[in-house]
Amino acid sequence: MTLRSRAVLVNASLLAAAVVALGPLVWMVSVSFMAPGEASSSPPPLLPRAPTLENYRQLLAQTRMGRGFLNSLLLATAATLLALVFNVSAGYAFAKLRFAGRERLFRLLLGALLIPAQVAMIPLFLLLKSMGLVNTYLGVLLPPAANIFGIFLVRQYALSIPDELLEAARIDGAGEVRLFWSIVLPVLGPILVTLAIFTFLGSWNDFLWPLIVLTDDSRHTLPVALAALTREHVQDSELMMAGGVITVLPVLALFVVLQRYYIQGLLAGSIKG
Amino acid sequence: MKAARAGWLFVTPALMMLAVFFFLPVLAALGLSLTDFDIYALARLDNLRFVGGGNYLHLLQTPLFWKALGNTLFFVIAGVPLSIAVSLAAALLLHSAVVRGKTIFRTALFAPVVTTLVAVAVIWNYLLHTRYGLINAVLGWVGIDPIDWLGDPDWAMPAIILFAVWKNFGFNMVIFLAALQSIPEELYEASRIEGATAPQQLRFVTLPALAPTLVLVSTLTMAGYFQLFAEPYVMTQGGPLQSTTSVLYFMYDEGFKWWNLGSASAVAFLLFLLILAVTMVQLFALRRWSEP
Repeated sequence: MTLRSRAVLVNASLLAAAVVALGPLVWMVSVSFMAPGEASSSPPPLLPRAPTLENYRQLLAQTRMGRGFLNSLLLATAATLLALVFNVSAGYAFAKLRFAGRERLFRLLLGALLIPAQVAMIPLFLLLKSMGLVNTYLGVLLPPAANIFGIFLVRQYALSIPDELLEAARIDGAGEVRLFWSIVLPVLGPILVTLAIFTFLGSWNDFLWPLIVLTDDSRHTLPVALAALTREHVQDSELMMAGGVITVLPVLALFVVLQRYYIQGLLAGSIKG
Repeated sequence: MKAARAGWLFVTPALMMLAVFFFLPVLAALGLSLTDFDIYALARLDNLRFVGGGNYLHLLQTPLFWKALGNTLFFVIAGVPLSIAVSLAAALLLHSAVVRGKTIFRTALFAPVVTTLVAVAVIWNYLLHTRYGLINAVLGWVGIDPIDWLGDPDWAMPAIILFAVWKNFGFNMVIFLAALQSIPEELYEASRIEGATAPQQLRFVTLPALAPTLVLVSTLTMAGYFQLFAEPYVMTQGGPLQSTTSVLYFMYDEGFKWWNLGSASAVAFLLFLLILAVTMVQLFALRRWSEP
């Protein structure tokens, strides 16, 4: 095979793969602008005959998706802030502050990564029930606030902070808290972005836990509201697609803007073995 | 020893949260799985009784549990290799020196990973529609009769596997791509000098260098695929004829539909033991591989 024909073959294969990967998403956007019933014909139409915003209007007026959007935005933002509060200082301490039992504790946490979250789910539900947190936003937010993977992510990054930098600040008389706040945090910048985008996307896309905790449908997040919608409106594919668009588009846009940080976190996590 | 005190101060909030919301519930799950905690106990704790291994014994005699286990194993055994093969193929293509616009392709192929599962499952429900679905339309062009993807017990799980591969392959692709980029160029040069062809290079240079990554990726992917839930919940509600009821789906119904929380905890523990066993075998293989 000549180099030229190989180049054509490789690029054409990638183009085909990209069409398969993005095709369903593009088609979702297209169908969301179709008139009711238009998508249900054979062969399925690729583009709307007369693009309309009717589905979005109906979505906001007659379903709980608008409310779901606000709930998701609120919960994902709060989850991100909580993750930063709990995991960053812990990750830094595991990397840079010597304290008795540190290594053993960290190994214990890494071992616990093997336990799937579902094992804790049922007792967690009973615990939240006894605390009166079922059907509250806090019930969704508190359990995943401290996250072993998040601590691990920050620790790996913090290991690269030079000890001399910290020692110099200590000699200058900086206390540990001020040292963390004014010297460590700025250095950790990139990994904070990584942790933030991981948490935001994870929280936005999470399904099972909000489904269990949020029983009242005015508190439903987008995925839960959309799943309920599909069970009620099986026939309205155009409406459903509009619901899909407002669920997927925000996270997709966020990823495209911050993908460098996202991929970095993904790779850091995959070499933990 | 100020740093030591600060160290404890900095880790304590996270550790307390993990203790209360993770470690304690995991231990409680073990205890709960040995009781008959049900809707009556939910109302009054007096109704709770210790039943020892009763839940586990009962599960082993429940046909739907075995069915769910079989479905989950099918999803894992067919889905994981397929998923990894697609990821690897995509990574090899992306890694090729002749690719134009590598970053754009990488972003495009990765996009399904960050999408919301429930939303894209809804799209696939329509793509898989027997009469109006794009997939059957494409199959029709090459003369294949329409398949009732989500309505036929034989096809529902394969359809979910196809969907899962589409959704997930980008994740492992990025890991493979990083591993490919870390293979030293000298290895390829040396093999070229000895006259190796491209397939031989793949077989004798690339794949052996990827072996540890391959084991790691299959470990992570398997652990994830054992936790199948949202796909059947949205696409098939576990049907038709319970052909897509997974272990986790079974646990969800047992726990939050029938409120048999003791029995559901036993299901969760059995699933955990299964994942742990498979992970241990693979980590052992990884260690054997990494040793010089």
